[in-house]
Amino acid sequence: MFDNFPLWPARASTAAGSVDALFIFLLIVSGLMTLLIFSALVYFAARYRHRRGVLAEQIEGSTPLELTWSVIPFLVFLAIFAWGAVVYFKGRTPPRDSTEVYVVAKQWMWKLEHSEGQREINELHVPVGRDVKLIMTSQDVIHSFYVPAFRMKQDVLPGRYTMAWFRATKAGTYHLFCAEYCGTQHSGMIGSIVVMEPAQFEAWMSGGSTGPLSVTGEKIFAELGCATCHRADTQGRGPNLQGVFGKPVLLEDGRTITADENYIRESILDPGAKVVSGFKPVMPTFQGLVSEEQLNALVAYVKSLSQPGATPTNTAAATQNNSTAAGSQVQ
Amino acid sequence: MPDSTLVGLHHEEEHHPELLHHFADAQQQRDSASLGMWIFLSTEVMFFGGLFCAYLIYRRWYFGDFGAASKSISAALGATNTAVLICSSLTVVLAVWAAQTARRRLLIGSLVITMLLGLTFLGIKGIEYKEKFEEHHVPGASFSFDHVPIPGHPDQYANPRHAEIFFSLYFIMTGLHALHMIIGLGIFAWLLIMAWKGRFTPAYHTPIEIGGLYWHFVDIVWIYLFPLLYLIDRHP
Amino acid sequence: MSMATTTLQPVERENYLNKEYGALSWLFTTDHKRIALLYLMSITLFFFIGGFFALLIRLELLTPAGDLVQADTYNKLFTMHGMVMVFFFLIPSIPAVLGNFLVPMMIGAKDLAFPRVNLLSWYLYIIGGLMMLHCMLTGGVDTGWTFYTPFSTAFTNTKIVEAGLAIFVAGFSSILTGLNFVVTIHRMRAPGMTWSRLPLFIWAHYATSIIQILGTPVIAITIVLVAVERTLHLGIFDPKLGGDPLLFQHLFWFYSHPAVYIMILPSMGVVTEIIACFARKRIFGYSFVAFSSIAIAVFGFLVWAHHMFVAGISIYAALVFSLLSYAVAVPSAIKVFNWTATLYKGSIHYDAPMLYAFGFIGLFTVGGLTGLFLAALGIDVHVTDTYFVIAHFHYIMVGGALMGYLGGLHFWWPKISGRLYPESWARLAALIVFLGFNLTFFPQFILGYLGMPRRYFQYPQEFQVLNVLSTAGATVLGVGYLLPMMYFLWSMRYGKPAPDNPWNAAGLEWKTTSPPTTFNFEEEPIVTWEAYNYDELDAPRKEGVPIAR
Repeated sequence: MFDNFPLWPARASTAAGSVDALFIFLLIVSGLMTLLIFSALVYFAARYRHRRGVLAEQIEGSTPLELTWSVIPFLVFLAIFAWGAVVYFKGRTPPRDSTEVYVVAKQWMWKLEHSEGQREINELHVPVGRDVKLIMTSQDVIHSFYVPAFRMKQDVLPGRYTMAWFRATKAGTYHLFCAEYCGTQHSGMIGSIVVMEPAQFEAWMSGGSTGPLSVTGEKIFAELGCATCHRADTQGRGPNLQGVFGKPVLLEDGRTITADENYIRESILDPGAKVVSGFKPVMPTFQGLVSEEQLNALVAYVKSLSQPGATPTNTAAATQNNSTAAGSQVQ
Repeated sequence: MPDSTLVGLHHEEEHHPELLHHFADAQQQRDSASLGMWIFLSTEVMFFGGLFCAYLIYRRWYFGDFGAASKSISAALGATNTAVLICSSLTVVLAVWAAQTARRRLLIGSLVITMLLGLTFLGIKGIEYKEKFEEHHVPGASFSFDHVPIPGHPDQYANPRHAEIFFSLYFIMTGLHALHMIIGLGIFAWLLIMAWKGRFTPAYHTPIEIGGLYWHFVDIVWIYLFPLLYLIDRHP
Repeated sequence: MSMATTTLQPVERENYLNKEYGALSWLFTTDHKRIALLYLMSITLFFFIGGFFALLIRLELLTPAGDLVQADTYNKLFTMHGMVMVFFFLIPSIPAVLGNFLVPMMIGAKDLAFPRVNLLSWYLYIIGGLMMLHCMLTGGVDTGWTFYTPFSTAFTNTKIVEAGLAIFVAGFSSILTGLNFVVTIHRMRAPGMTWSRLPLFIWAHYATSIIQILGTPVIAITIVLVAVERTLHLGIFDPKLGGDPLLFQHLFWFYSHPAVYIMILPSMGVVTEIIACFARKRIFGYSFVAFSSIAIAVFGFLVWAHHMFVAGISIYAALVFSLLSYAVAVPSAIKVFNWTATLYKGSIHYDAPMLYAFGFIGLFTVGGLTGLFLAALGIDVHVTDTYFVIAHFHYIMVGGALMGYLGGLHFWWPKISGRLYPESWARLAALIVFLGFNLTFFPQFILGYLGMPRRYFQYPQEFQVLNVLSTAGATVLGVGYLLPMMYFLWSMRYGKPAPDNPWNAAGLEWKTTSPPTTFNFEEEPIVTWEAYNYDELDAPRKEGVPIAR
């Protein structure tokens, strides 16, 4: 609306439309309800104003009326619940093949790293029309990644990954806020999401990077000696990590869990927690020996081992091919 | 001008010296005291409940580590303490019966034995805490729990950080319980003095009853604490 | 035209106020009415302290830059505003003042079941309050009133443990008040005062007391855990040490959500009494209103994680809590409909208490409806942790609970003080509060949807106009709150002496003198009539027929 005095936030993602639709529906329902109650109050207050000699009529109640005005609102509430649940479910289910961006929040800034390797501080460049999945963790306290224009918010926790996703629909620069109080400069932890047309975005991407995140991860994997035990065959003291990501894993205590980002991360920091069936709990912990960014790179690397075409010897090349391929699949 | 029917009950009933003026009669006073204590105990259930909730969650997440930590506390001492408290609840029941049946010596004796058993409990607890202190299992700067195998998995060591959470909860839960025990001893000391002065009769011994309820509650909390803390993952 | 009638009292009779004089007679009293006044004075003090912090917050937010106070100071301001208002004003307010004063009288008893515990309750509140004041004066806390971990246990340098212990102590005050009320209501009702004849104010306080009894201990233990973790660096909530910050949030909200029902239920009880009296008829749907109070208390314990939809809980947990949150909205809706229906074919008077009741219904309706927005998962993702939530809960707490409290103070003021307050000033104040309130908080709904996060002391330029409107409203609101302070004090000395029942209201409390004697009733009442017997009270007198009870 007005530039200096907006009354409605910009709509810049696919989710924004759905959230706004539900919001407007609720505005209408609430507005009607408010109007109804207010009119009844005003009307009764005026019509039944105290007059000399006129007594109030003692009305006990009316069970049918009570049931009506309990059941009907409850049914309306159920409809709202269902609609809200659908919108939420979509918002919390990142599409497969989303481009991944790793986010590390700290007091009081956002550090972001694209899988292709570009690093940003307090800014995130994304192309219009691409699904972007954020894999986020905090270095210290709880923060929250909030982009009003995308109607998207997700708390960012220390000690684990949380996910969020969006698909931007309109080029422009939009606010990024931290929405969970995190200390002195909480209100200064502001950034921007820069949504670009695909061509401009490609141009931006080619300008300098440290190489794909998964390649960085492969280097760290070698440096820290992970390859000693996690060999690409069955001879290692640790499980072969080829194709592990995203699949079910049978644990030594009989449970089966899915190898997601949090599992990879936990296995590096607390290897004894979920030991794979058939293996001994001999992996040392890397707690305190890897930074959040290095963890992100390692996770990206392990994920790359599950991508089609990835082989142990030419994983770097395969990942490079895959990210380019993904890039060319953008609509 | 009184606008309700005159009620003479208040003046006719015998004025027991212990009857407080705002109550209509002694029965109302007794019922109120009893309900009040039960409600207070429900708040205590919720108070300990938060701790039990935290404990159960972490126990599920870190079962092996908690098993290793639990093994290091003495089940023998814990079991002894359980027996001590159960006996003390018996003596409390005896005290209540003694008050109901005007047996002054039994009343005083039961109260004394209850307190002695309570002190025994605290003493054994002190021995346990001392053991933990000596083994460096007290959470904090000097905590250490290295190379302790997980029960049933002799080749796997417990994660010391997770074990520290066990001991944190152990000390907070048993410490809070011990604090309630100390308060209970204070209450019983007061009951003992009142009993010695002859304040309790079959017609009036409400403090003994509600004090007894409190003691039973402290006992029951221990009955839950003991298996949860001491007996998880024990193998013969 | 005011309903109140006045009669001259030639000589002041003995009552609970003039029975004994001197500070000690107040500090060692066990009279529930005197204890209620002790609470009135203390919570009013804390209300103005919390309000002062709010004023500073709104002044800072006049401009987008953080230029009035430093960031750390601002963080302390909103934290202390929240802690003081929630724990030292809203939670005690109606139960400790109006509940303490009226519960025994409404059921025909001489006092609460445990008068000495009642006094202990007040002392615990004062000790907690002094600890909180000391904490604030020596540096304060900056975690937000929700003191989430690990910020509160491992990162902040402010006085968490002291503030936590202050709240712990005040929490016991709350528990004991609830305990006292439940035992009193169960055991000390006068003969004939059956459950279905109880004023709905009593039902509301009964439900509130259940929450106080069962919920408060959980935050007590949470505070203990936070204090221990902070001092000894344990790892219960700290992920770096193997703990879980979400466990803290679950434990915290398990109490703090039912706590909001502690804050609103008593106010609903007050509004029910006022509407019945000023519409001159019994409440429409008595049983439904009574049971809805209990339903709110029960369901209120089942919805806590709706504060955590974006915190990292599973989708399925979120679905369950969203559904239950809609369930808890139904009993509140029932009450609003019943109050409105009570006005139908009533005989309505517009005295100040009724104006506050009207304000309550309107503002609570808006606040409650916006709760539906927040319970919708898809919308909550966008508006949680923004000014939308702030507007929502202020509509309920200030537009609802506080208006009900003020309405109740006005309604029972003649009974409490033996004086009438000045009616015209009271109506003016009610209007000022209503207008000031809407101007302050309605813009915040818009700010929230636009995306302005909470706890921000600097913000992007485009949010300024709405913030300025909000601050303007706050100054008006402040005037509206100062007025009653002043004229209530004025009335204690210069107000017209009040008759025993200036409103010709139903309820046993109105059968006592104004002010009442220490033991309330000369003779124990025997109740043979239903609640809200306004037909009998208003019936024209016939010769030879005894005056209506």
